[in-house]
Amino acid sequence: MSEQIFHDSAHDSPPRLKWWMGRAAIYGALILWAVICLFPIYWTATTSFKMAPDVMKGNMIPWVDFTPKWLGWKSLGLSPDTIWTESTVRAEFLKRFMNSAITALASSTLAVVLGSLAAYGLSRFSYRFGVMRNSDISFFFLSQLILPPVVLALPFLVLYKELALLDTRIGLILLYTLTVLPIVIWIMRDAFAGIPTELEEAALVDGLSIWGAFLTIILPLALPGMVAAFILSLVLTWNEYFFAALLTSTNANTLPVMVASQTGSQGISWWSMAALSFAAILPLIVVGVALERYIIKGMAAGAVK
Amino acid sequence: MSGQGDLLHVVTSDDISATRRRAGRALIWGSAGLLAVIALLQTLDQTGMVEIGFANWRPTLYAYMTWAVCLCWGQVLIRGEQGKRVLFVLPAVLFVVSLVVFPLLFGLGIAFSNWNLSSPDGRQFNGLDNLRQMWADPFYWNALKNMVWYTLAIAVEYTIAFGMALLLNSQIRARKFFRVAFLMPLMLSPVAVSWMIGKSMLEPRFGPIARLARWLGWDNPAFFSTPEMARFTIMVMDAWTFIPFMMIMLLAGLQALPKEVTEAARVDGASGWRGFWEVTFPLMLPVSVTAILIRIIFKLKLADIIINVTAGGPGGATDSVTSFIFREYRDRSNVGYGTLLAMVYLVIIVIFMTVLMKLAERWTRPRT
Repeated sequence: MSEQIFHDSAHDSPPRLKWWMGRAAIYGALILWAVICLFPIYWTATTSFKMAPDVMKGNMIPWVDFTPKWLGWKSLGLSPDTIWTESTVRAEFLKRFMNSAITALASSTLAVVLGSLAAYGLSRFSYRFGVMRNSDISFFFLSQLILPPVVLALPFLVLYKELALLDTRIGLILLYTLTVLPIVIWIMRDAFAGIPTELEEAALVDGLSIWGAFLTIILPLALPGMVAAFILSLVLTWNEYFFAALLTSTNANTLPVMVASQTGSQGISWWSMAALSFAAILPLIVVGVALERYIIKGMAAGAVK
Repeated sequence: MSGQGDLLHVVTSDDISATRRRAGRALIWGSAGLLAVIALLQTLDQTGMVEIGFANWRPTLYAYMTWAVCLCWGQVLIRGEQGKRVLFVLPAVLFVVSLVVFPLLFGLGIAFSNWNLSSPDGRQFNGLDNLRQMWADPFYWNALKNMVWYTLAIAVEYTIAFGMALLLNSQIRARKFFRVAFLMPLMLSPVAVSWMIGKSMLEPRFGPIARLARWLGWDNPAFFSTPEMARFTIMVMDAWTFIPFMMIMLLAGLQALPKEVTEAARVDGASGWRGFWEVTFPLMLPVSVTAILIRIIFKLKLADIIINVTAGGPGGATDSVTSFIFREYRDRSNVGYGTLLAMVYLVIIVIFMTVLMKLAERWTRPRT
């Protein structure tokens, strides 16, 4: 057995060098793109700890190039030595943060509730509203996705003024719900289509009503889809700027509006802008890292039938 | 309403008494009547014919909400089990109709009037004047032209996204890390991105990208000075945020491809480049079309980055339609003209998307 009789021809044996080069190219491309994706976040995070000369000199690596200072965070009132003292900037920031959180959470919840119900109904029963049948109703919902926000913005501005809803959270919540509803319905339709109807049939035979079967049997099964839809809506509503900029002024400003308004007024006070931007994106970075699975699931729902 | 075609067959023995049916009808029509009366009173109050002293239109809103709830409840009273099914879809339909269809009709009214919110004259119907003004407005046409450029940039975004999806789908280590890293740009708010990249990293004197450009031999990096360059920079920033979106959709498509087909292709000798063009790419066509269509829809809403980085400058070279209308309102509080521009944009989009979807349907239909 010492002598190998059959040799692979040169064509069949794994081409070592070529293989390694291929690997290197793949990882090189992956790492390059990862750097492109992550560097702005790194840059913002580090800039918030820099002082003016560090920014000018373009120092990048903390403790090697420059010593981190709390300057940026101090201007937000969030550094260790200012966190226990009164700070108007911090109060302002927290107010905006709460506005963003409340509007994003409330509108996502509302959209998931309305959207799940509608998607379930559309996936199980046949309706007829006038000339609209199931596919028409589905299309009606999904077509809202095409509607650009700018078309609704000015009529809503006038309507809200008349209804005294301008600069209120409820006004924003209603609009945000509207903008994410088609996406939720899209994801949930997919999720419900994957659940066999035999389950409800069994539940109905056992004496549950339709709503009982839906709430106790189907909803728990559709939960992953609902979480995916919720997270995706959360991302979209947290980042929304256009409506918030038009429809709010002092009370219900969200965080993006605050970030946008600071860009102009403070000039190049880079550290505080960096701190503010970083504080604004941090919640979603955390959400993204922790719940990446659901986001990908949600976005994939529409792609693969 | 027959139960035909339901996926879920439910047999119910509903016997709804005539009184219950009548109660349901009374509920719906009663609340509708209440809504009508309140709306009428408010209109009269608004026009000054009756003096009641409403501060705003809230009462009508509440009456409308009451009517919506009564409508849902009435369905159950009148139609029993069928009504309970309607209850799944009806709330969402009512919500969308009241928040989209009604404002759109209202917007049509605004679009044909001269209405400056800051002037005390209020709204004046001016027929087709806005349309004529639009026809002669070079900035609006310029913004529309820009939208064409921005939309064409999707081809490049798609190529990069597809490449990244292929890489992520190959045999690699630390796949989860790369997936999370690639997803990150999508999570960031466009406003923060416009500061992080547009204002600080692209700062011509000491932004890191400007530094890199200088190191690569570009003496005087300026990213927003010439119209072409500014437009290109905006495209890149928007691409940066949205490539992950397409990438994830394409990755999902790649992972759903049947393994047998690609393996069979490899056995038949279609490897590497050829295997991709002749097997993977055609199989991915439906997913690609969906991803591109959705991306186009999002692209047509592009505004946040432009508003915050360039505000349309230099000379309107980077304006998208949305950002143009936004400034039209911000600078001149011209609601009437802005709404007309938006309405025209909507019509263009609807026509464009319908044609595109028809074409897409034809392309993705399996060839026989």
